[in-house]
Formats: sequence, structure tokens, C-alpha cells
Amino acid sequence: MSDAPSSNFTPAPLDGTKRTWLIASSCVGAAGAVALATPFVSSFAPSEKAKAAGAAVEVDISSVKPGEKVTVEWRGKPVWIMRRTPEQLASLKKTDAEVADPNSERTAFPTPEYAKNETRSIKPELLVVIGICTHLGCSPGDKFATGAQPSLPDNWQGGFLCACHGSTFDLAGRVFKNKPAPDNLEVPPHMYLSDSKLLIGEDKKA
Amino acid sequence: MAEFKEISPNAPLGAKVTNWFENRFPTAFAEYRKHMSEYYAPKNFNFWYFFGSLAMLVLVIQIVTGIFLVMHYKPDAGPVGGILGAPPIAFASVEYIMRDVPGGWFIRYMHSTGASAFFIVVYLHMFRGLLYGSYRKPRELVWIFGCAIFLALMAEAFMGYLLPWGQMSYWGAQVIVNLFSAIPFIGPDLALLIRGDYVVGDATLNRFFSFHVIAVPLVLIGLIVAHLLALHDVGSNNPDGIEIKKGPKGNRWSPDAPADGIPFHPYYSVHDIMGVGVFLMVFFAVVFFAPEMGGYFLEYNNFVPADPLVTPLHIAPVWYFTPFYSMLRATNGVMVNVLCAIIALGVVLAFLKCRCSMALKVGLAVAGVVAIALLKTFDAKFWGVVVMGGAVIILFFLPWLDRSPARSIRYRPDWHKWLYAVFVVWFLILMVLGIMVPGPIFATPSLAWLTNELVAMIGTLFYFGFFLLMPWWSQQGEPKPVPDRVTFKPH
Repeated sequence: MSDAPSSNFTPAPLDGTKRTWLIASSCVGAAGAVALATPFVSSFAPSEKAKAAGAAVEVDISSVKPGEKVTVEWRGKPVWIMRRTPEQLASLKKTDAEVADPNSERTAFPTPEYAKNETRSIKPELLVVIGICTHLGCSPGDKFATGAQPSLPDNWQGGFLCACHGSTFDLAGRVFKNKPAPDNLEVPPHMYLSDSKLLIGEDKKA
Repeated sequence: MAEFKEISPNAPLGAKVTNWFENRFPTAFAEYRKHMSEYYAPKNFNFWYFFGSLAMLVLVIQIVTGIFLVMHYKPDAGPVGGILGAPPIAFASVEYIMRDVPGGWFIRYMHSTGASAFFIVVYLHMFRGLLYGSYRKPRELVWIFGCAIFLALMAEAFMGYLLPWGQMSYWGAQVIVNLFSAIPFIGPDLALLIRGDYVVGDATLNRFFSFHVIAVPLVLIGLIVAHLLALHDVGSNNPDGIEIKKGPKGNRWSPDAPADGIPFHPYYSVHDIMGVGVFLMVFFAVVFFAPEMGGYFLEYNNFVPADPLVTPLHIAPVWYFTPFYSMLRATNGVMVNVLCAIIALGVVLAFLKCRCSMALKVGLAVAGVVAIALLKTFDAKFWGVVVMGGAVIILFFLPWLDRSPARSIRYRPDWHKWLYAVFVVWFLILMVLGIMVPGPIFATPSLAWLTNELVAMIGTLFYFGFFLLMPWWSQQGEPKPVPDRVTFKPH
């Protein structure tokens, strides 16, 4: 864009000191830019308000009849409370061989010690799980009717089907083998305050 | 800098005004010439070349309608009036736009139809590149910028889909954000950072709104500028895949311009008006008569307000994401085993067939063992995410995967056309499978083994095989002789 350089043009010699200081101040500037980015990135994290909204929820379970399921909200997630019938409890024996983690030994969503049993519950008939599929977070639907039906195997014993990606869970929230979901449904910390009162979000350890 | 030009005082007023501006802002005039009136594009463009300018048109539609939607939309997940059980404010504000804002329904339907139109146009534009080898040297960067535009467009569409705060918005976002939590070690924290809460909520809605209306559009526009600047530096490809710059020089407009080139303006700018006319007829037919497009452009479940406690029984992303979504769904434990088997087979074949050094073979075997170990170590869920992301990322490498001696499909062996056709069919099958529920495709008990996931798995393997084996198959067969000049029939 400027005029062509004349023939006696000689480039100015490189000033090593200037360059050193230039590099040094650029590095300091870059460190400053990274430091400046910190509050911006940290603003993506959950706010103090969101962190505080995790209080435990008390539920009256006396009206839940055998074979029925109720859903309550805890930390914005659906928590299922299901009173299983004796036949439904018996079905867990049949699914033992077909589920990926029958004894809840995986640690991604650690099952509390008090629920690490055959029925994955404190009281055998009462299942308390977070109704969020461990695959990608959909809420599975109820499929309590047994037998062959769309999207389910012919020997279906009753359980839950996640419509998003087809993961299936038995009536203890255990995921079947070769399904997208890797883990059993999460058991939230919970405890019984009385025969009819259930507290979700806290347990005896806490 | 350009010389200051004096103009005769007797010159017409228009010429004087132009001269006044050109002396004070020569850049604008130089750029106009460089990109419009003196940008020489090959004269043999066919209808496939409409889709680039149509993509620009749809971008303008989206930006203009978007500006007007933001005037009435409220990104707030809380209930209307703070009353427990009332519909969420965001959902209600979209209904308000649809029912109460004069012309609101029209602006919103243009925006929602525009989203689908954008993907239709961009998919066709990309397929044009695939057909005529438009990504090949020296146009690699044009292609890479284009792939980046496609990625940004996916982000833009995904975040925009959360804003109406319907059931599909909510659960779609839940699923896609949770994809990130499948990444080993950092995943759960990353998903938390994206959501800004332990569940998709108000914080998520507000940041997606910010990204959708400011951040991603800025990135998108920057990438489009880079895409066009790089294109105009190397020049457009054409259906024959012949470099017009290497051909004879001199046309009616300039002695230095390629003989087979014509100025973009007015030749292609006018030509594109025809494409725009046809496009707008179809576009507004959809806007006026089928804005929901039978549930494919606007899903029915999204007319139900978001409910964090209940997932709709069938959720699927909008049609333009479904090919990638069904690849995600197909990657289960069985698929991981199939991949392990394929890697093992590849290593065995390398030992038997490859004419390479023993060291390389051993290296391949070690890499294969490591790959199998990794496949078995991490959950299939994580590999599903890798497969889905990889399906898009692999496009970036296309310029180096294609080794065919002929650039355009016109001069490749005929069976290449069939291979491309099969690729398109598989892509469409994956698209349909992603819309359908998982499980057996047909109700007939004897066909129960034919599940959605099984077909999707074959489709996924074909998709990746098409690209990963391209360095091999693209060199097979006898290419046809490529003419020296572009094929062009004056009309």
C-alpha cells in the first residue's frame, strides 16, 4: 500500500532487550487475562441460591396402596415411592440373572448401605429411588403389566422403561444388561420417621 | 491507497456522488468488486449451487424474526404470577406471541420453520460439496469453516429449542446436557457448569437464551465471513471439479480473469433470485399451511409446558438431529463388542495382508489392544457420546480421507455414485430410526429380533466405514477422463 521501498532501505537491527520485555509483558498480560476469565467461568457454576435449594422432603406414605407408585420432587428431581406387592417382590428373583448389577456394587451412583440388599430398600416392600435414568437423565415410565408388550421382552416381569433410549429397569430399579444405562436407579438418602412418614434427603448417618 | 480522483463538473449527479464516496471510502468499492462484480465464478453451476445463497437468506430470516421474537419472549422458568402450578412464564410468553401479539404467530412460525429450512438447505449444501469434491485442495479450509458453521448451527438450534420451555425442550436439553456428564472424570462437573443447577432449570434457560441470541450468532457470522473470504481467495469449485484458474485466461470482462468464469454479480446474483423465488414459495407454503409439519418441525409434546417430574413417553429430537441421535442410541454393550471385534479383525488383517514393517504391525497390534481395553473400560454410554460427536467431527477430515484421482463424482467410476446413494439412504434411515421408538420395528412377533437399535447399529457402522475406509475405496476403480474445460451448454 505504501510506496515501494527505496534501494538504500535497511531493516532496523533487532533490539533483543526490547523483545525480551515485550514477551515478558505479554506473558503477564496473558496471566491477567486468564485471571480475568475466572469470575466469568465461575459464573457458570450453580448459584448459592441453587445450592441452598436442597432441603429434605417429608412424605406421608400411608395412602400408597400395594402396587401403587407416587412421585415427589426433591432437589428438582422426581423421587418415586412404590409399595410393591408380594408377587412383584418375587419377580426380583427372576430378574437377578438378567440385570447388569444385581447386588448394586457399582459406585457411579453409590447405593446407601441400608439399601444394598435384594430389594434395594429399607423396608422390603417400599422402593424409594430417584426416577431419573442413569443414561441421559430422562424419567422412565411405569410398565407394571407383565408379559409381552411393545419395546419390552416377552418375559417382562414388570418394571420401568426409559422411552428415550430404551433402557429397562426391574421393580428394584436395577438396570437390565446390554442397555444404554450403565447403572441402577439412584437410591436417595432417606429414612423413616414413623411407619407412615418418610424423609427424603437425609438419613441416619447425617 | 487509491489516488484521489477528480471528476468532470459536467458528470451526471449519480457519478459525482459515487466519486465523492469512492474517494472517501475506497475500501467499500474495492471489496464490492472483489466479492461481487469481479469475483469470477465458474459458468457451469447447476441447481446444487443455490443452497449456499439460500443458507444466507435463511440466516437473515432467522436474525430478523429472532430480533422481533426477543421483544416479546421472556426467558423465565418460574410460574406466571408466582402462582404454584401456573404455566411457566417462558412457555406462556410464547403462547402470548402466538395469540396476542399482532402478527406474532407469523413471525414465530417463520422462525421455527426457518430452523428446519436452515438444516435442509445446509444438508443439501454439504452434499453438493461431497458430490463435486469441493472440500479438496486448495479448499480444505473452506470446508473446515463450513463444518464449524454446521457445529455452531447445531448448538444454535439446540439452545433455541429449549426456549419455548415445553416438554420436548426440557427433556431434550436434559438428555443432551447429560451427554457431557458421560465424559470420564470431568463429565459430571462439566454438565453442572453447563446447566448452572443440579437439574435443567431457570439458570439453564437464561444462559441458553443468552447463547442463542448473542454468543452463538456472533460466532456463526464470524465463521460465515471466514467461509466466504476463504472461498473467494481460492475460488469456487464447480460440477466438473476443474480448476478454472488453471485454464485459459481472458473473458468479456477482464483479460486476466479465467475464461470459464463469469462475474458473480450480476450473473449469479440474478441466477440465485430464481432459487430464492422457488425456496420462498415452499417456505411460506409451510409457514402458512403446515407450520408444525405433522409434528416434525414443531413437536406436539412441546405444546405441553415443561414438567421436571414426567418425561413424555416418547421423546425424540427434532428431525435434523435424529441421524446422530440414533447413532447414540445404537451404541450399547453389543455395539462395543462389535467394535472390539472389528478392531481385532483389523489387526489380524494388518498382520496377514499389510506390506509394511514388522515394527508398524506390532505398533498397530498394541494400539488395537489399547483401543479394546479402553472400549471395555468405559461405559457404552460414553462411547455413545463419542460416536455421536465423532459422526460430526469426522466430516472435518474429509479433505484428507478422499484420495480419488478425480475430484467430481462426474469423472469417478460409476459405482461411486451407487456408494454415495447408499450412504444417503443410510443417513435417511438413521434419521427415521431416530424419530421412532426404540425396540422392535415391526409388531409381527417373528420380526421381533429386527430392532431399531440393530438397524441403527448397521447404519452407524456403514456411516463410519464410508468415511474411515474412504482412503482405500476412493482409489479403487478407473476414473473417467477429465476434460480441460468445464462442460457448459449456452442457453
